[in-house]
Amino acid sequence: MESNKIVSVSPHIYASTTTSTIMRDVLIALLPAVVASICFFGSQALIVEVLCIAVAVLCEWVFEKICKRPNTIGDLSAAVTGLLLALNLPVDIPLWQAAFGVFVAIVVVKQLFGGIGMNFANPAITARVVMLVAFSGTMTTWAIPNFSDAMSTATPLAIIANPEAVSATTSQATAAVVKLPTLLQMFLGARGGSMGETSVLALLLGGLYLIFRKVITWHTPIAFLATVYVLTALLGQEPLYQVMAGGLCIGAIFMATDYTTSPSTPAGKLVFGVGCGLITVFIRVWSNYPEGVSFSILLMNILNPFICEWTRTKPLGGVNA
Amino acid sequence: MFKGKLHGIHAPHRKNTVDSVPTRMPVPAVVTVPMSMSIGAPSKPVVKPGDEVKVGQLIAEANGFVSAPIYSGVSGKVKKLDDILGSNGRFDTAIVIETDGKQELYEGITPPVVTDQKSFVDAVRNCGLVGLGGAGFPTSVKMGVEPDRVHAIIINGAECEPYITSDTRTMLDDAPSIVEGAELLQKYYSPQRIIIGIEDNKPQCIEAMRQAGKNVPGFEVASLPALYPQGGEKVLIYHTTGHVVPEGKLPIDVGCIVINCTTLAVIAKYIKTGMPLVEKVITVDGSAVANPQNLIVPVGTHLQDILNFVGVKTEPRKVLFGGPMMGISVPSLDAPVMKNTNAVLAFAEKEAATPQTTACIRCGRCVAHCPMRLMPANIESAYQANDGAALKALKVNLCMECGCCSYVCPARRPLVQVHKLSKGILNRYNAKLNAAQEKESAKKAAQVGARKEGGA
Repeated sequence: MESNKIVSVSPHIYASTTTSTIMRDVLIALLPAVVASICFFGSQALIVEVLCIAVAVLCEWVFEKICKRPNTIGDLSAAVTGLLLALNLPVDIPLWQAAFGVFVAIVVVKQLFGGIGMNFANPAITARVVMLVAFSGTMTTWAIPNFSDAMSTATPLAIIANPEAVSATTSQATAAVVKLPTLLQMFLGARGGSMGETSVLALLLGGLYLIFRKVITWHTPIAFLATVYVLTALLGQEPLYQVMAGGLCIGAIFMATDYTTSPSTPAGKLVFGVGCGLITVFIRVWSNYPEGVSFSILLMNILNPFICEWTRTKPLGGVNA
Repeated sequence: MFKGKLHGIHAPHRKNTVDSVPTRMPVPAVVTVPMSMSIGAPSKPVVKPGDEVKVGQLIAEANGFVSAPIYSGVSGKVKKLDDILGSNGRFDTAIVIETDGKQELYEGITPPVVTDQKSFVDAVRNCGLVGLGGAGFPTSVKMGVEPDRVHAIIINGAECEPYITSDTRTMLDDAPSIVEGAELLQKYYSPQRIIIGIEDNKPQCIEAMRQAGKNVPGFEVASLPALYPQGGEKVLIYHTTGHVVPEGKLPIDVGCIVINCTTLAVIAKYIKTGMPLVEKVITVDGSAVANPQNLIVPVGTHLQDILNFVGVKTEPRKVLFGGPMMGISVPSLDAPVMKNTNAVLAFAEKEAATPQTTACIRCGRCVAHCPMRLMPANIESAYQANDGAALKALKVNLCMECGCCSYVCPARRPLVQVHKLSKGILNRYNAKLNAAQEKESAKKAAQVGARKEGGA
């Protein structure tokens, strides 16, 4: 019975989507934000982004080499993590600090927990929080974006949270013009902030692309954004402003939708998004931090296993024993 | 009751052979007829080496309730009773017949006398039918229910597997037989509804069935979305009637019988002519096949003969019985066509290669596409942990192995394979649980008995 026939369990055909094509789609979806970051913050933005991607891929490759694990840089997930972290940093971040952040993301958060699919928290978010604590000075020093008539180097949320303090820290000459960017500036991205988070327009384009390509569903981003909108409106804030401010859009579209660290069922995604929204507003309104998107996603990452348990699907015709 | 449609996948259709009217392949020199062609007990040979057989002659009889008789599809001489290795990994007796090419009809072929439901079921049983949709469940067992339990009969014309067009051809070429079959079912079961479900990527079949059935009161043609696995029994019942078949129950428990359209046509023709199931329309296709087409072949025809007839472009590296979603890959071209074979697909190296598996990224695509709303990624974790209790909670027993999860998995995890193995773990877990429970109740009974004695 010699035979050269391949025998395998069905199915024998597959959809064209693979982990690599998904990650490639995420990189494509981030391109508008990359372009916006270069427009508003100059070529330094590109330098930080390229550096972060390179360090991420290198970290993954070296770590897997040392641990004799299969090489996974081809799945592009390291590149996505590197770029996402870069877009969540201020443009003037010292390069060694950016590299350190990437190391934390790839080696500590991702690889030490078993590599892709095994990490319990989003690598880029966790690394950003680590950097926020470790380098609180450079991580909260915001460059003045191009095309902006505001002279302030504070983020809009910092101005809302504590206008006097922001005025006090800015020089005499500019104190008079400490003012909030307009809604249009917020939408286009001409404001202080991390280099990839400021342009709502670019992020929305990326989000629509991801939904169109069925990489993500609408559930998490919409639940996240809607919760922030409704809650800030109830608390007497300008809701549209709150939704566009800070890292909310990049967080809701690109970070809270991370497969490994968020639920897989529609119900779970809604719970996850609402939870992120609640925590974000609580931090923005009642804590000392002006911004809470990173913390909210990180906290919900930790709750994720429980949400997954609570939101299991009900099998068709299943009978409870 | 009806809550939207179930999940599934938009598999490629690849119905290349839809316009190929089935032609009869020249009779092969030798056919090998296995005794296990359906779920249930293998049939029992009634011929011995040296016997002359003719087309339509009984060569093996049903051996028990869940079993079916087998008739010869060729005329010739029985060469030997052989032991062949089936694709299920078990050795099986097979009758090897050397053909004489004359294809003489057996003299004893007479239409059965059908007067009531009982004689109808007997006819179905004698005809040798097993479900031709692929599962191969003896049809007579399904039909042998009390008629008043049947509220809806659903004729399966979905043919949702890519490539396969054999049911399509039955609907196009033999719609009257399907309708005659439907009328027989109306007569003997009096269902409130009789529905043929057809995927909307086959508008010509929908039209043909509407035309053929327009004078039959109560005959419904349901156009269903072309969403694999539309032809899955539970999926079809849900999409045509809204009923959910509960775990551990059969379609008849919700008043439904599902019967494949080609199966029904064979029944109708058998009752009219007495010619039992001896040959099959099969779709021969795949990247290695030179001339994809529909063929009529006797049951027992070797794959090698079929591929020789249609020609191959390149050496086939993977050969399937059935479609690419649920078909079985065969190790050797010696394998014979069986009663439930509806397609032979031969793939070249590129399509045959087993894909590289990578780590699960918890994307949830398997969950989002499972028609049974199971959670394959979680089932895989439970399988890896050998956790019977978790597999029970995750209801892996409801998995129909349609393959949607594996199809959409971007990490190419072998989820269907894991589900098959998980069912084994779950069965063992349930057996242990039952044994423990029995032990516990026996102990309790003994204690109660002892206490009674003590009190007396």
